[in-house]
Amino acid sequence: MTISLVATEPKPKGVKIDMVENAQMVRGTTLLKRGFAHMQKHGVVMDVTNVEQAVIAEEAGAVAVMVLDKLPYDVRKAGGVARTASIKVIQEIMDAVTIPIMAKCRIGHTDEAHVLEVVGVDMVDESEVLTPADEERHIWKWDFTTPFVNGARNLGEALRRIEEGCAMIRTKGEPGTGNVAEAVAHIRLVNSEVRKIRSIYQDSDKQELMKAARELKVSYAMVEETARLGRLPVVNFAAGGITTPADAALLMNLGCDGVFVGSGIFKSEDPAQRARAVVLATTFYDDAKIVMEAQKMVDEKKSLLGMDTKNLELRMQERGQHA
Amino acid sequence: MSSKKKSLTIGVLGFQGDIEENVSATKQALQELQIDGNVQLVRYPEDVEKVDGLILPGGESTVQSTLAAIQRSLPVIKKRISEGMPVMGTCAGMIMLSKRAYDRVVGDTKQKLIGNLDIVIERNAFGRQSESFEADLSIGMLGKEAFKGVFIRAPAVSEVGKDVEVIAKLNNKVVAVRQKNIIGTAFHPELSGDSRMHRQFVKMAVDFSRKSA
Repeated sequence: MTISLVATEPKPKGVKIDMVENAQMVRGTTLLKRGFAHMQKHGVVMDVTNVEQAVIAEEAGAVAVMVLDKLPYDVRKAGGVARTASIKVIQEIMDAVTIPIMAKCRIGHTDEAHVLEVVGVDMVDESEVLTPADEERHIWKWDFTTPFVNGARNLGEALRRIEEGCAMIRTKGEPGTGNVAEAVAHIRLVNSEVRKIRSIYQDSDKQELMKAARELKVSYAMVEETARLGRLPVVNFAAGGITTPADAALLMNLGCDGVFVGSGIFKSEDPAQRARAVVLATTFYDDAKIVMEAQKMVDEKKSLLGMDTKNLELRMQERGQHA
Repeated sequence: MSSKKKSLTIGVLGFQGDIEENVSATKQALQELQIDGNVQLVRYPEDVEKVDGLILPGGESTVQSTLAAIQRSLPVIKKRISEGMPVMGTCAGMIMLSKRAYDRVVGDTKQKLIGNLDIVIERNAFGRQSESFEADLSIGMLGKEAFKGVFIRAPAVSEVGKDVEVIAKLNNKVVAVRQKNIIGTAFHPELSGDSRMHRQFVKMAVDFSRKSA
């Protein structure tokens, strides 16, 4: 198999079997959910809040759009409680573009997620950008036919989310800040944690691997599979603070499978051009000449000004970290 | 075979989508067929000239055809296919190869297509991701045993030209076709863990490289 099916629940409720004419069609399997994420690889998912932005994103070559009520930068400014986007807006966007639609629900808010599934979004993002509904438990995602993406700051968080049934990981940065530093820190951390268990695996030291599983608070099978693969067993995108084409290339070169761009595009003053440039740099991340071409397409004076991530009142990345 | 002959090279179009999955499925096929060959990513026009066969992976076809840097490679791919180079497109890859594509909901799209494969594509023909499915297919050219079709926001073929052979159907929808050196599948053989489709393709590439040697 080219896709790892590790941690799949024995009989997940999200799997549906229908007989259609002469064919048995099975939906919601781990292969289909993780497979969907694999189709997004090497791509850019762009945050959008309305149809106009979604159309710009699609024309620029976004691999999917993420619908939310406010861009993370505005969530930060507005304060209050951030919830899932208006259904009407999500539906309008679904009717306007052909690429996949993702939408965010609050951490632990199973019913917002059910609503998004019924609306028919292609992937649900259980996201720390919105105000968590349940600090103790994330959604049990095996109950859904629709795949989920979750944020993670370290290997333990990532593997716990996968055990709950998520099909894709976003390495968290600090959303809405225009500062890529936190995203870089977390992908580096995940990489080094994976390297550590990989070397234990190569030494065939099962006892030490078991110890690692206990520290990460996940099953032995999950740690063993991750160590064997030498990477997360699902697709891993970078997110949070990506503003320029070179930011995207930096994260791709650190081993991410693709990137999410939130405020970086539609809070800039050159969104259409910048969107195309970020896609170009993500596709050709290992070719400095083309990344330069991409960087040339944007004007630094039009970038989201951004903020220092050290003195923030709200650190979205810490939401849900203990679960 | 003379010792000077270069070994077989299969390319995988490396812009966006499940590129690595096709690389590993092709490597598995080479190994099972005991063929000495290598698999390379193809991203620049000059790469296209170096391969004996090219796989267009799954992903998002709008993205795969969007950027100018990508569009520079498309005419070269078109030319090599016309010269007989075997090509296989899975899902988005088949859309790229087709003559015309329209979306089930949005209608005709502005996508730039390669266009060698004489079919019309209905994009997202089975619906959105929650309608994605696995189903067993009967594909005569791969033998009697059923082939697991992995359909992810899959397209279907709504019209076929006279030189196009239908190789798989599901409930009256055409889901795989062959036109001489071109194979197109609406599903993802690279994800099914069954390398028969990739083996079939490797064999076509072997024949082509012998002929052109």
